[in-house]
Amino acid sequence: MEHSTLKRAHAIETEGLTKFYGTFEAVRGLTMRVPAGTITGFLGQNGAGKSSTIRMLLGMMKPTAGTGRVLDFDIAEERPSIEMRKRVAYVGEDKRLYDYMTVRQMIAFTKSFYPTWNDDVGKKLLDEFRLPLDRPTKKLSKGMRTQTALLLAFSRGAELLILDEPTEGLDPVMAEKLLELVVGAAADGATIFFSSHNVAEVEQIADRILLIDRGQLVLDTTLDLISQDFRRLRGVYDMPFPPGALAVDGVERVTVDGRVVSVLASHNSSAIAERMRAHQGGGTVEIIPLTLKEIVLESLRGEPHV
Amino acid sequence: MTLFLKPNPANGVPIYLQLKEQIMHACETGALKAGDSLPGIRVLAESLVINPNTVARVYRELEQEGVLELRHGIGAFVAATGRTTRWTAARTGQMQAAQKAAKEFVGELRRRRIEPDEIRRLVEAELSSGARQRFGRTGSGD
Repeated sequence: MEHSTLKRAHAIETEGLTKFYGTFEAVRGLTMRVPAGTITGFLGQNGAGKSSTIRMLLGMMKPTAGTGRVLDFDIAEERPSIEMRKRVAYVGEDKRLYDYMTVRQMIAFTKSFYPTWNDDVGKKLLDEFRLPLDRPTKKLSKGMRTQTALLLAFSRGAELLILDEPTEGLDPVMAEKLLELVVGAAADGATIFFSSHNVAEVEQIADRILLIDRGQLVLDTTLDLISQDFRRLRGVYDMPFPPGALAVDGVERVTVDGRVVSVLASHNSSAIAERMRAHQGGGTVEIIPLTLKEIVLESLRGEPHV
Repeated sequence: MTLFLKPNPANGVPIYLQLKEQIMHACETGALKAGDSLPGIRVLAESLVINPNTVARVYRELEQEGVLELRHGIGAFVAATGRTTRWTAARTGQMQAAQKAAKEFVGELRRRRIEPDEIRRLVEAELSSGARQRFGRTGSGD
């Protein structure tokens, strides 16, 4: 690991983080943690509060209430936030480059600010992206702008990379390349916090996910636990299934559709299956693994009704 | 990298277990032999586009299980006295027998007019209902 800084438990921590736009609550008392050294996926629908949260973390916007720490810097204070941004790389939708500089100048300029700049990564990416070094950045195509922004962000040797929808608008080859960059940065010891709509890519590289809905955290778990423990159980019953019959630890949601009773379990699926089999008139109970996509969709369907 | 395939995140088996099983399998089939080196954590993570923490965890666990040896600063090697090396011959026989049993089992179910999809679900249900319960269960603790 290249970062020799003091080992801290969390790269990002928020407590009751809240943002109002007028009377609209974009972020509502968000308390979350991003453990250092992880690749954490930040999921949620459009308007769920992902970008507002990221903007507050970066000090680009003040919270209405609540607190947050990014690499031990208080996000509410202005000076620490500048220090903090030296150690945090951010790639958002707006790929901010200085239009009058060429790619070469842009790289040299950025490099001069960061003692942790990694020339190996920079050269490798320059080679792979085949960027025109002497072209002014304002004359770059959209794809090349993105590649330049990624090169700058990933070569900085940042401790924390915050990426807002990084693969949005990238073709599949570039999107996979980006995931590879994320994995490489994580191998260097960086923490990656990235928002995404694309559940499949989160499932591929993240170790943790945070799912927010209407400004609140609705799911905080690891991908390993999802594939190990989350299950859908389905049983067929001739008799009506009494409500409350499945008040068992791990049952997140019960849906009855005619004779089919479907249970979403976050853990404890064996015991739940036993209970379902024991129920009157119950026949076979199927236990089906769940994908992250299904869990996300279920979690966004509203409050559980057990 | 052709030795290992990209794990499939959606098949109900954690990526770390898929990778672990692939490495064990490579040792058992002789694709990897005692003393052979494994790719570095970074190289393997980048080529499979998976989390490096996952690769590190798999290497650590396989070291504890005596399959791999981790030499600090050099990398991971298939252990010379590892149990998978000793298993190879016996294990190959076992796997062949298991394959035969699976063939008979699937054939029997097909004769009973169980569709391939149904067979997959039945097997998956059996595997899901006990085998993976030994792991921790909540995600928020750290």
